[in-house]
Amino acid sequence: MSIYQLTVNKKKHRVDVDSDTPLLWVIRDVIGYTGTKFGCGMGLCGACTVLLNGSPIRSCSTPVSTLKATDKITTIEGLSEKATHPVQEAWVEAQVPQCGYCQSGQILAASALLASNPNPTDEDIDNAMAGNICRCGTYTRMRQAIHSAAKKIQTAKKS
Amino acid sequence: MKPSNSRRDFLRISTTSAFVLALGFSSDSRGKQLQKVNAAGVQINPYININESGKVTLFNPRPDMGQGTYQILPMLLAEELDIPLDQVEIQMTDGSDRFGSQLSGGSSSVRTRWIPLRTAGATVREMLVQAAANRWKVSLSDCATKDGFVINKQTQAKLSYGELVEEASHLPVPTKPKLKSFAEFTQLGKPSMRPDVPAKVDGTAIFGMDVQLPGMLYASIVHSPYIYGKVQSYDATKAMAVKGVRFVLKTERVFFHGPYSDSNGFDQKLRGKAEAIAVVSESYWSALKAKKLLQISWNALGFGETATEQYFNQAKAAALNEGNEYKDAKVGDFAKALQLSDYKVQGTYQTPFMSHAPMEPCNATVFVQGDQVEVWAPIQGPDGLVNDLSTYLGVKRENIKVNVTFMGGAFGRKAVSDFVMQAANLSKQVNAPVKLIWTREDDIQQGPYRPGMISAMQGGLDKDGNVLAFEHRLNGASIMASVFKADMRKNPDPWAGEGINLEDSPYAFPARRNSFNWVDPQMPVLWWRSVYASTNVFAQESFIDELAAEGEKDPLDLRLHLLRDAPKFVAVLNKLAEISDYRAKRKQGVSIGISIARSFASIVAHAIVVEKQNAGVKIKHVYSVIDCGFPINPDNIKAQVESNIVYGLSAAVCNQITRSHGKTDQSNFHEYTVLRQGEIPASTIFVMPSQDEPGGVGEPGLPPIAPALCNAVFLATGKRERTLPFDLSSI
Ligand code: FES
Ligand code: FES
Repeated sequence: MSIYQLTVNKKKHRVDVDSDTPLLWVIRDVIGYTGTKFGCGMGLCGACTVLLNGSPIRSCSTPVSTLKATDKITTIEGLSEKATHPVQEAWVEAQVPQCGYCQSGQILAASALLASNPNPTDEDIDNAMAGNICRCGTYTRMRQAIHSAAKKIQTAKKS
Repeated sequence: MKPSNSRRDFLRISTTSAFVLALGFSSDSRGKQLQKVNAAGVQINPYININESGKVTLFNPRPDMGQGTYQILPMLLAEELDIPLDQVEIQMTDGSDRFGSQLSGGSSSVRTRWIPLRTAGATVREMLVQAAANRWKVSLSDCATKDGFVINKQTQAKLSYGELVEEASHLPVPTKPKLKSFAEFTQLGKPSMRPDVPAKVDGTAIFGMDVQLPGMLYASIVHSPYIYGKVQSYDATKAMAVKGVRFVLKTERVFFHGPYSDSNGFDQKLRGKAEAIAVVSESYWSALKAKKLLQISWNALGFGETATEQYFNQAKAAALNEGNEYKDAKVGDFAKALQLSDYKVQGTYQTPFMSHAPMEPCNATVFVQGDQVEVWAPIQGPDGLVNDLSTYLGVKRENIKVNVTFMGGAFGRKAVSDFVMQAANLSKQVNAPVKLIWTREDDIQQGPYRPGMISAMQGGLDKDGNVLAFEHRLNGASIMASVFKADMRKNPDPWAGEGINLEDSPYAFPARRNSFNWVDPQMPVLWWRSVYASTNVFAQESFIDELAAEGEKDPLDLRLHLLRDAPKFVAVLNKLAEISDYRAKRKQGVSIGISIARSFASIVAHAIVVEKQNAGVKIKHVYSVIDCGFPINPDNIKAQVESNIVYGLSAAVCNQITRSHGKTDQSNFHEYTVLRQGEIPASTIFVMPSQDEPGGVGEPGLPPIAPALCNAVFLATGKRERTLPFDLSSI
């Protein structure tokens, strides 16, 4: 076991874990943010998606030893203070989640897409979201919600 | 509002005890009769609790797997109680007898609770009104209720439910409370926001996977690769050396309910349970690492060479037998009518075994302390779980407490409790709370699976293309045999005929016959979203189009004609034709295929437009019409149809379970592929307005999706797909 320094949701954490422990289990079982989910453990489903310096990564396939203390890790709990990120608001308005299990990963992937591409086309959405499976099949609503979040962000910028 | 089982409330809520007015079903009446439950200390958990400060807690007897019961069932109570759902707290029931059946399955939640829960709400409302009338010394008709208050219509004075609850609790329970008419509903019948959604966008919703207990250990299990089997020998040396690992133990997997007997035609003793090896550790990661270091040799107990290919060959051979006949589908004399037909048509359809693959793999946290057991788990039926655990552990039912979490999908998989019993077995062995998490590989390789089926179809036509005779022979596994150890050699599996009996499929064939030939799958099989309707309707509705083609009829016109005595089906088809512009002339290579089915008391029809590409076929659009009776939350009904389109299309064009040499060939989402963003067609969904009793919503959208697609593909390419899944890109 070794000590690692991590910055998760703007807070610093010292964790004592094996170097090969995937970030997923550190976040969930050691730090205690359970919004990040386990779905496949092989980088195939996106349920474990978190943001690393703003980009989506699969935390199930990211050993803790590959992270630096200065890396900014964002989980669903840290995306906004009170679920007020435009993507979260759009998700509620479109009533996207069904079982909800994949949704933390979907929302983080969508927020990263909009941060780098404020006006995504359907094709951009397809590409950015293809790594995130939803077995409940909420894809159509997610697409609508991403478009409406994009509009929200643009309107907020203008005013 | 926050769902009551959001993170912080989750463990605390179980200690709620200061009921003042509480109505529930008494435990001896098994959910049949509503009784008054007086005050604190009475051992009954009711559906409605109102305490003196006015806080209303509604008890929800149907676990939520994404289908929306978290909202809909409490809303039935809240509507009649006259309190907005966002002013109440929702608590899931715990499996005790007094709540009656608590299984979310068979799209039955609203169908079975539509009247009982509304009655419970109306009863409490009438008692509160009586208490207010007594206090104001006015007649009942001078009182109204709204938003958690009783209002004096003359003076406009208001009393909150909390202020009245103590007095109301001493009043007699009305035996015939008046239910609202449809016109009086203020919450039911219009699109409404689901109360669990906010917690599902900020990470606070608690799934089974998220339960944390003090002193909890984590477990991972190595199952027999043959599903059944025994551990011959194992070496745990390397696994025990992994830091954090506390135990490597022999454990087991118990398959479902029912007594084990060999009287039903297969070796039940070998299949009642399988042995397994578990690693119990201080962290899940170390348990996973240690699992890979275990060396185990297995005794396959004769299941080492089973294969799905061999099973399907047996099922095709069985299809030559007439089979055990279903009474609920029999019309006229099929054999004779076929003989008299001018044209005979045959088709053999094959649907694969399927894994449910819910996003949240099976998991359970259990603490067995002597004769006390507490469970936290994503399960569809807490009451069935209490039964199973009681039998398995030899513990009294009342000593078992089940905390139902949100389920990250289930689709039938979490209706059985094998994984919870495993966690219980481990907790008992190590004397600590244990959280067992199945990996995705466990999920996909261990079953239980939807049965793969062979449907052998035969039809007879006269010279004008009129259908004279219609036969559907089902050949394959019986879920009833798998789950309840029933003998299916001489009887048709009574569940297996769903979606194609006369009520579900009222085609006016002059002669008709459905039958069942049981084939042993040599693996556990289980309900999968829409169950046999998913396999039956694929064959049935594809074959209707084959008959239409043979008889040179338009597929819609043929259905409208055959369903002429079933007005609801006709209305759904006409609406489908309208929203899909069915009769429009489409350009070369673009076709529209349709299908209709009733399952779980609701009718759904889909129309799919496909376009032929240079290579393969592309799905352009899906149009759907659902008649599920009175639409309680039309937006959620649409969401469930959207969900069924995706789940059903995945099953039609992507995934399947195959097994060879006793083992499952697929292991994770790279081999059990599912549709992703960008592979989903746009959809248009219409919910029929209705004031009939509500039907099912979570499943009926699935059965007609695959045949609508195959019918469209046939019209666009001339190729009839009779085996699922098929590859759209290589047609
Ligand atoms: S759990 Fe990490 S991608 Fe599936
Ligand atoms: S909402 Fe259930 S898996 Fe996406």
